[in-house]
Amino acid sequence: MQTVAPATPKSWYLPTKPHKFCPGCGHGIVLKALGDVIDELEIQDRTIFGCDIGCSLLSWDFFACDSTQTHHGRTTPVMVGIKRARPELITIGYMGDGGGYSIGSQHLLNAAVRNEKVTLILVNNTNYGMTGGQMAPTTLPGQKTETTPFGRDPELTGYPTKGPEFIAQLTPDSAYVARATVSKYNQLRRFIRNALRNQIEGNGFSFVEVLSTCPTNWRTNAQQTWHFLEDEMEHYFPVGELKNPFGKGGK
Amino acid sequence: MQQVITESKKAFMTGNETAAWAALASGADVMFGYPITPQNEIMHYWTRLAPQYGRGFLQTEDEISAGFTVCGAVQSGKKAFTATAGPGNVLMQEPFGMAEGMRLPLLAIIQQRGGPSSGTVIYSQQEVALTTFGGNGEGWRIVYSTATHQEIYDYVIKGFNTAWKYRFPTFILGDGYQAKMREPLEMYDPETRGIKMVDTYPLIGLDGSITNAEREPQHLCNIYSLEEELYDVVLKNTAEYESISPEIVEYEERQCEDAEIIILSHGVVARAADDAVKALRAQGIKAGYFRPITLRPYPEKQLRAAIARSGAKKLLIAESAYGQFYRLTRQEIYGETIPMETLFMPGVGIIDYDIISKVKSIL
Repeated sequence: MQTVAPATPKSWYLPTKPHKFCPGCGHGIVLKALGDVIDELEIQDRTIFGCDIGCSLLSWDFFACDSTQTHHGRTTPVMVGIKRARPELITIGYMGDGGGYSIGSQHLLNAAVRNEKVTLILVNNTNYGMTGGQMAPTTLPGQKTETTPFGRDPELTGYPTKGPEFIAQLTPDSAYVARATVSKYNQLRRFIRNALRNQIEGNGFSFVEVLSTCPTNWRTNAQQTWHFLEDEMEHYFPVGELKNPFGKGGK
Repeated sequence: MQQVITESKKAFMTGNETAAWAALASGADVMFGYPITPQNEIMHYWTRLAPQYGRGFLQTEDEISAGFTVCGAVQSGKKAFTATAGPGNVLMQEPFGMAEGMRLPLLAIIQQRGGPSSGTVIYSQQEVALTTFGGNGEGWRIVYSTATHQEIYDYVIKGFNTAWKYRFPTFILGDGYQAKMREPLEMYDPETRGIKMVDTYPLIGLDGSITNAEREPQHLCNIYSLEEELYDVVLKNTAEYESISPEIVEYEERQCEDAEIIILSHGVVARAADDAVKALRAQGIKAGYFRPITLRPYPEKQLRAAIARSGAKKLLIAESAYGQFYRLTRQEIYGETIPMETLFMPGVGIIDYDIISKVKSIL
């Protein structure tokens, strides 16, 4: 029987495939887009991929690029240290919403303010997946998680963090800031390409938040998962480029 | 790299300035730091000197970030360092733990201040426990406790080499007195003293193309899926730490051969102990002096030997903390039956008079 294998980015590290993410998880789509862009920009040999703790950690040996691990929330300073020491390298920090917006928020905020020439990709799935589905900074009002079993009450725990919006306010015009979603693959790939191009050209800080799915912890089937992503998350977190030094560009 | 000091020269400066010059002379590429007293002037001198020699600096958002940026920079093959104190040392335990776990050649200069908590900004020896065994690991650290500015200069140079040769995080443990006071020292280029600076090398961002199959990608790991995987790593690193310890251990011993009492101290307090021993000897009291220079690894065998050789009746442990050095010593020389007397003056200075009085009260 003949099987049709999906196109695989050249920069993927094949000995670690198939990957270890849950069925229905959006990480695979983000990492596919990132792999495509690494191939397209021909930066595999000089890319350092750094992953945070949490589900994003499962990507630590995902690419045939040099990579490193650190502690929860600390990917940003590790990438900053590498980039400051070796500006010729392309540094990609990969993290979840907990790592970026909660425990590592001071690093994200200050790296943005300093306009550090690193690229950070933050996957927003509205919960802490690896630790079992607790409330994240991005959990939607009313959303049930293990630590908000009756739904997130903004009176008690505030409203979801809108990362790209606050980062756009903190950065100069040479920064790139966008929010993508795994439901729009071509757009996701374009935003990641812009974010990496911005680093390659030495312009400034580059940040892409990606709305993603977590059916395991959301306890949703395929249809409910896609509904939550496209109708609820994308409604609360508008998708698009908030800051683009390259102008509007192509579609 | 541009030579910083061409000819050896006498200097009269603070310990913090000394540390900055020593880092320059060591060929350090970049410092990451965050303000905290009493180490600030290390950054102040570095930020003025570094640009003249093409070296880098970043003031990070906090000590956590300073430690992790150093971890990143050394992974990429650059000689990077930081400096901190007190609550900053507490925050840096997280990146220091990463450096232990991933065997990163991180160098940190610690200028101890009073504790607990914000304590004082002045002086103490209360960061011994934190610097030797802080973090959620097994204490794979090399800690040099300096006593003079000359030693700050010498051991910053040596510390970089230790870190890059053995790849265990290395600490220069000073204190607020050493940081702020001025005293004479001699500055020199390490190579002119026959000290070869250990070459740095990258762990990621290596030469050679992955796409052309010239090399495999480097995937550095610090978290393990299985208990047994971590167990093997911990046993391997522990064995390596223990095997190199005899090469690293340093200590000073004076007049212990016939001593009735051995005064044990470290860091700047050892200077008071040295004066006290001289004064006591002049008064006919047979006192001896023993000082670990490395607190990790500890000169345990040497101290046991000094005790055995002297036949001393007592050991007096003097420190500007309430027993941190005492507890470290006690665990290292477990089984020795010599009575241990203590002079604990947490967060305040100890002078020869304090030690002399204590010795006279217990002999």
